[in-house]
Amino acid sequence: MLNLFGSKRIRGGVHAEEHKSLTSAQAIATDFPLPKRLYIPVQQHVGKPAEPVIKVGEQVLKGQLLAHSQGMVSAPVHAPSSGIIIDVNEYPAPHPSALPIRTIVLETDGNDKWLESILVADPFTLSPEDISLRVGAAGIVGMGGATFPTAVKLNMGRENKIHTLLINGAECEPYLTCDDRLMQERAEQIIDGVRIMLHGMEAGDAIVAIEDNKPEAFAAMLTAALPYPFISVRQIPTRYPMGWDRQLIRYITGLEVPVGSSSSEIGVTIHNVGTAYAVHNAIRHGQALVSRIVTVSGGAVIKPVNVEVPLGTLISDLFNFCHVRPDITARIIMGGPMMGDSLPHINLPVVKATSGILALTQSELKSADEQPCIRCARCVSVCPAGLLPLDMANNIRNNQLDAAVDLGLKDCISCGTCSYVCPSNIPLVHYFKYASGEVMARQQAQHKSEQTKRLMDDRNARMERIARQQQEEEAARLAAKAERERKKAEQGEAA
Amino acid sequence: MYVLYAIISLTLLGLFLGLLLGIAGKYLKVESSAIVDELEALMPGSQCGQCGFPGCRPAAEALAAGQAPATLCPPGGSALAEQIAALLGIDLDLNDVKEPEALVARVSEATCTGCTRCFKVCPTDAIVGAPKQIHAVVADACIACEKCVAVCPTECLQMHPVEVTLRNWRWPKPTLDIPARTPGIRSNALC
Repeated sequence: MLNLFGSKRIRGGVHAEEHKSLTSAQAIATDFPLPKRLYIPVQQHVGKPAEPVIKVGEQVLKGQLLAHSQGMVSAPVHAPSSGIIIDVNEYPAPHPSALPIRTIVLETDGNDKWLESILVADPFTLSPEDISLRVGAAGIVGMGGATFPTAVKLNMGRENKIHTLLINGAECEPYLTCDDRLMQERAEQIIDGVRIMLHGMEAGDAIVAIEDNKPEAFAAMLTAALPYPFISVRQIPTRYPMGWDRQLIRYITGLEVPVGSSSSEIGVTIHNVGTAYAVHNAIRHGQALVSRIVTVSGGAVIKPVNVEVPLGTLISDLFNFCHVRPDITARIIMGGPMMGDSLPHINLPVVKATSGILALTQSELKSADEQPCIRCARCVSVCPAGLLPLDMANNIRNNQLDAAVDLGLKDCISCGTCSYVCPSNIPLVHYFKYASGEVMARQQAQHKSEQTKRLMDDRNARMERIARQQQEEEAARLAAKAERERKKAEQGEAA
Repeated sequence: MYVLYAIISLTLLGLFLGLLLGIAGKYLKVESSAIVDELEALMPGSQCGQCGFPGCRPAAEALAAGQAPATLCPPGGSALAEQIAALLGIDLDLNDVKEPEALVARVSEATCTGCTRCFKVCPTDAIVGAPKQIHAVVADACIACEKCVAVCPTECLQMHPVEVTLRNWRWPKPTLDIPARTPGIRSNALC
């Protein structure tokens, strides 16, 4: 352990209480009863929302396109089961605000009948561009929670001629074990997905990185990768946030991704194991991304388990299945406890980003009793981005946002490590999230102010032009009148 | 003799430098209102009058004279206030500034008669319409100057708070429960 702290390749981080044993030993439950209704938001990814292509009352099959992607960075949405579309309207989004989002509501018919699709015999005969197209059409996004459209990432990797594909099996968030179970049970499919992605990016080597607290997953992946010498499987130290792409790239390759550029610019691209599995399903079986494995865990869950559910399943259905006790649930979190979002209620759907749903009891939460900062600088030593959380928070508290930006606010990844170690219970990440939003709002306000000025100038120019035209018309009218009178007078004289 | 040389050379030097200063003073004269121009350039320029001054130029003049606070411009918000404070080199305390509620004008379609009065006064062309057609407000261009509200004969134009959506939702500022440290009280308590 000592040389771990001395390692130049890991910056900051904590070893948080894992709580993974609640679910890591049980197989993925596949007996989840098909919900009567599925609520499918048209935006489950980074980028532009998808545009619905179906009508209310239409009969759809599982895997059928419901909304197609818009623009360069976007992803389509497919029917997670067969049934009838009963509504396309605004429903609460799985977001801390639970504000409405455009959602397609599907009433399932219980048949769960897949749409027929033409399969490719050998995906390695497809061109890399074709692989990207198929991955994009299957609606695959980063399954680790970032939800960046995978096809765009494959294209970026190909354009930048990357040399290494990193597969992220770190799963460093406490409680979550969905990637762990996926690697244990479906290692061969994941490795197949990795091979297809390598082909799609025209890259040579792949490295699967797994934290050393998942020995079974490591063994399974190692066995599955044996026939392929270009795929290596490596164990990495268990240290949150090891799964942060930049941290993982630095640890595995020793390369630092410069601020403001993407990892593919230094020749590395990183994908989650769940994404590799989804790519396998899309290319080998022609199946769109319509379900995902969700960890349901926490102290208030009687039957904590990993369960494969169709996208659009309400969290309330999931909680019924796992017997969650509402009386002792103090907080519901989507994602992991470090970076996840707290949800206000459970009538919200599972989306592509939902790696876990946690129902935590009061004893599992950190005290909200905020005390003054004692400048112990623990937050500084654990910050994986090398920032000064205490000074940033202090500036933000005094509304000195520019000073916070100068200290690197934009490089904060909201990993929550600083809040976790703070002995004064200061909600540091909350300050940074607030400040980031505020900085963005101010930029927008400034942009609007510039636009307003432009609109004003245009309007003034138009008003001047109209006034000038009116003057000219008036002058022309007077001249014409004078001409008429002169002619009249001439005629009168002639007569 | 040397004394005379010294007197003459110093006199000539004085006259020459004085002349230079005189010329420089005439040709390199700095307009005292340069700061006003800079301030005016920062402001939205819509002459909406929400600050209480007749337009952006008078407001900039008042700012330069120190007769108005940096936070005077509601459409500019705190972003503009920070720019003004930076330009004038004054300290800005946004702690006590209540961010005004964002408003946007909206046409009630039931009562709009299509009189076109509102879009004639709109400084940013944010209202679209034609005679005897129901008008509509382009929310992104509306600066909440309320000029249209004043001229609408049927009161169909009203200001509404900007709707919070997933696109503009922001994390609220954490509320701090620690009592503020008042020096007097603190020293009493400790001593």
